[in-house]
Amino acid sequence: MKIVVCMKQVPDTEAEVKWDLQKGTLKREDMDAITNPFDEFALEEALLTKEKYDAEIVAVSMGPQKATDVLRNALALTVNEVHHVSDPALAGSDTLGTSYALAKAIEKIGDVDLVLCGKQATDGNTGVVASELAVRLGYSQLTFVGKIVEIDAANKKIKVERNIEGGIEVVEAKLPAVVSVLKGINEPRLPNLMGIRKAAKVQIPVWDTNEIGAAKEKVGAEGAAIKVIELTTPPPRSGGEMLSGDVEEVSCLLVEKLLGLKVIK
Amino acid sequence: MADYKDVWIYVEHKEGAFTPMSYELFGIGQKLAADLGANLCALVIAENTDELAKEAGYYGASKVYAVDGAPFKTFRPDAYAKAATTVMDKYKPDVVLYRATSQGADLSSACAATLETGMASDAIGLEIDASKTVKVTRAAFGGNFLVGVVNTKAKPQIATVRPKVFPMAERDSSKQAEVAKEAVEVAEGDLRTTVLQFIKSEVAVNLVEADIIVSGGRGMGKPEGFKVLRELANTLGGALGASRAAVDSGWIPQEHQVGQTGKTVKPKIYIACGISGAIQHLAGMRTSDYIVAINKDAEAPIFKIASYGIVGDYNQVVPKLIEEFKKRLSG
Repeated sequence: MKIVVCMKQVPDTEAEVKWDLQKGTLKREDMDAITNPFDEFALEEALLTKEKYDAEIVAVSMGPQKATDVLRNALALTVNEVHHVSDPALAGSDTLGTSYALAKAIEKIGDVDLVLCGKQATDGNTGVVASELAVRLGYSQLTFVGKIVEIDAANKKIKVERNIEGGIEVVEAKLPAVVSVLKGINEPRLPNLMGIRKAAKVQIPVWDTNEIGAAKEKVGAEGAAIKVIELTTPPPRSGGEMLSGDVEEVSCLLVEKLLGLKVIK
Repeated sequence: MADYKDVWIYVEHKEGAFTPMSYELFGIGQKLAADLGANLCALVIAENTDELAKEAGYYGASKVYAVDGAPFKTFRPDAYAKAATTVMDKYKPDVVLYRATSQGADLSSACAATLETGMASDAIGLEIDASKTVKVTRAAFGGNFLVGVVNTKAKPQIATVRPKVFPMAERDSSKQAEVAKEAVEVAEGDLRTTVLQFIKSEVAVNLVEADIIVSGGRGMGKPEGFKVLRELANTLGGALGASRAAVDSGWIPQEHQVGQTGKTVKPKIYIACGISGAIQHLAGMRTSDYIVAINKDAEAPIFKIASYGIVGDYNQVVPKLIEEFKKRLSG
């Protein structure tokens, strides 16, 4: 079985966000970066699947030069192969362009049974790419997955639990499939020192748009359908009233105030 | 692209009725249609669409595109996407709105990829600009930035709409929609997914739809702390939330998490207990109507955005609140 894990580098969720207001894009090079937290669950799920069923894992990341850090982390966790999809022409891609380029890269990898993605990235918060990828590749589209129940690679079948509104949906689908996983599906492991040392020495190949056979006009800022035209910060929320007194007094006062809102019935 | 017209909404249903928050889509759909001088049309896909189509008329759709048949008994992304894109290809809507639910997200993304158009997810603002384009406002970085986006390149313009942001439409049973039944053939053998079972959650954690949320953080100090919060939530008919710190400590399951790597919520009242107010948590709840903060640390940043703040120990304050609410609500 061959598994592809899609991984994105995102600005550190603790770091200050820097925008290029002219282009409406992030100044990614100027910000501390981490692996998208949701993608760590996807990678761990790939490692667990490999342990259970025997598989080959290929990690793919699309992004600028710096994004190789994400792949080096994956290498330290002993994935078999990594590919860095990178090209100045890809800068400014929207989800349509991103899913197109990733689909081209996955087609180039070839013979893929399972694509694992995180539920969404913490920067753009769109949560769209996994589904678009499934449609572009013609694979099964399995989102919001909280558990992979069973994979039957010989019969090209997968069974998953999707955590959706009001409960759990158990779905069986044909392989190949794109599965996007939720936080909490597993506990991502940390690489050990030996893994990190070995990964540091690996040359990470770069695939540009020519290499993956992607048309330049379909990616990047040029190919994007969605354009950012405005960036603002939400109106500041000012503090209200501090209630003071002993426990009895503040509790009664708060109950009074909250009942006055006519929300609690 | 001049032949693209009208505002469409995709309406979700469950057990023969629209899901409660679908009515918000009718509300914002009507407004956009009016601003564009266009019609509001509803797209309904179900095993049997007759009653749903009528209902869509009552809520303000002037036209309903209805696809029915056995393959559409439950939502499956491949079957529904085929139905939706076939009808969209034929009638060419200018704008299509979905709800930002698991189903709305699956279907809208599949439609956008199939029709090679843009996709703006989780809209918290929708306006028509001078060039008759929809400007979508969405939250990035979990809500710490607002981004205005447009799609002037491809049609239809697709967006999903965050729950609880737009007002619901009113029902008027004197209104009637013109219903167009569209036949879409879907062969079971071509479909890739089968729903085997749906297991209803006994303690449904429906944070997104809750009007009142009682939430606990690192200051809970122990898993038992959530027992008293749960009691307060139950007393108020609300849901139980948590910060990442509490989830990562293993005190409460992840589905309760509010914040950047959890859920984004917008209740009327959000009661934060022992939550300091890290930016990642605020990202998930800052648009709540009223925020109450209960924290031992008077310097906690959460107090800067709280409508009402109490400096104190939740162990003492919350039981008192429960007692007082019970007294007042029973009388």
